Amino acid sequence: MSSALLPPFPEPGFSFENVERNVSLVKKGFKPPKFTSTGTTVAAAIFDGGIIIGTDKRASAGTIVANKNTNKIHKISNNIAFGGAGTAADCDQMEKMVRAHVELHRLNSGKQVPVCVALTKITQHLFRYQGHIQCALIVGGVDKFGYHLHHVYPHGSSSEVLFEAMGSGSLAAISHLELNYKQNMNLDEAKLLIRNAILAGVENDLASGNGIDLCIITPSGMEHLVDYEIPVAFV
Amino acid sequence: MSIESYNGGAVMAMAGKECLAVVCDKRLGARLTTIGMNHSKIYEINPYLYVCLPGLATDALTVYQRLRFRVNMYELKESRKISPQVLCSMLSNLLYEHRFGNYFIGGVVAGLDPATGKTYLYAMDCLGAITIGTEGFVTGGHCEEQLYGTCEALYRPDLGPEELLEVASQAFLSACDRDAGSGWGAFVYIVTKNKVELKSLKARMD
Repeated sequence: MSSALLPPFPEPGFSFENVERNVSLVKKGFKPPKFTSTGTTVAAAIFDGGIIIGTDKRASAGTIVANKNTNKIHKISNNIAFGGAGTAADCDQMEKMVRAHVELHRLNSGKQVPVCVALTKITQHLFRYQGHIQCALIVGGVDKFGYHLHHVYPHGSSSEVLFEAMGSGSLAAISHLELNYKQNMNLDEAKLLIRNAILAGVENDLASGNGIDLCIITPSGMEHLVDYEIPVAFV
Repeated sequence: MSIESYNGGAVMAMAGKECLAVVCDKRLGARLTTIGMNHSKIYEINPYLYVCLPGLATDALTVYQRLRFRVNMYELKESRKISPQVLCSMLSNLLYEHRFGNYFIGGVVAGLDPATGKTYLYAMDCLGAITIGTEGFVTGGHCEEQLYGTCEALYRPDLGPEELLEVASQAFLSACDRDAGSGWGAFVYIVTKNKVELKSLKARMD
């Protein structure tokens, strides 16, 4: 039962009430707004003890540095995390949604949640919105099936990888990874590899910078190294 | 021209030692025409908690009314006052609900805990991506770029209320004077543990 006099109760989830207005504003010649973008370098790799994910710390809105101390490593649970690139709001909200989903799954099953649960939630959500939710992620984690690293594109495609780079600085970072990645690296080698890959992004991409965060996931837990390094020339 | 800068306007919040300055300009424009000279962008949630909504004025009013509704419902349901962190999440979620078809506003949340004197500063973009004001100030609006510059230059940590008023006002007015879309004076709230003062600053009116 609804009419113009008695509008239906608003549904939960996204509201599309402003869409037509905003489309008509763009048609009238107003420029669409600038969203805060992570403008990121994210790099990740599998080493012999688990997963390592690294990111830079800059968020940008156009050419403005919107945030010099951004957290781009999003923790889902004790054994799963993702590094996010793309629109900052989308990555933040994706973390909230997937963390809640995974925690409910853990409470229902009473077991550690496998990485594929988080990955499936992410890819299905992204596919439903057909690439309009703009996040490019590297999902990593450790579970009873082993060590897993997946990259996810905004349209919802994903694949399992040994190492990967994402974001605007990914070209510099992936070339470093392609050249220097070896299988069965130890933790110190892996830290150096990811640190150097992020640094390549920081030096060569204007939208990346302001420091390096690392996240190391092993069967014994997760270690989040905030400000692992703040390169002196790039503070 | 972006629709976000249609009405002009700028906001800023700065933290001192157990005190807080929340500042906005007074201009309301329609493109290059000034149509209002007494338009506040600061909305009081309670005497220790303020939200600033720079950007398109029509959206700012809508978002404030919707936010006020949610704050009232929260406070009735929980029988306690809303905290700055919760208000920030609430505004962020409200803006992200409109991820497709967004409101053309930014958001600044500034709060002071009257028990501890701790200050809380948050800024967000029009989709609700939160920036925590760890540097001691947050900015928003039409002359955000200029405000970043003046705040970085003039801000010092642990200022008292009198000095904070001086520093915040200087930073804000210098930035506004370099922006045609903001200015016509400023409102400054100086919030301390046991007093809130609203100052009205005079500035260039051209």
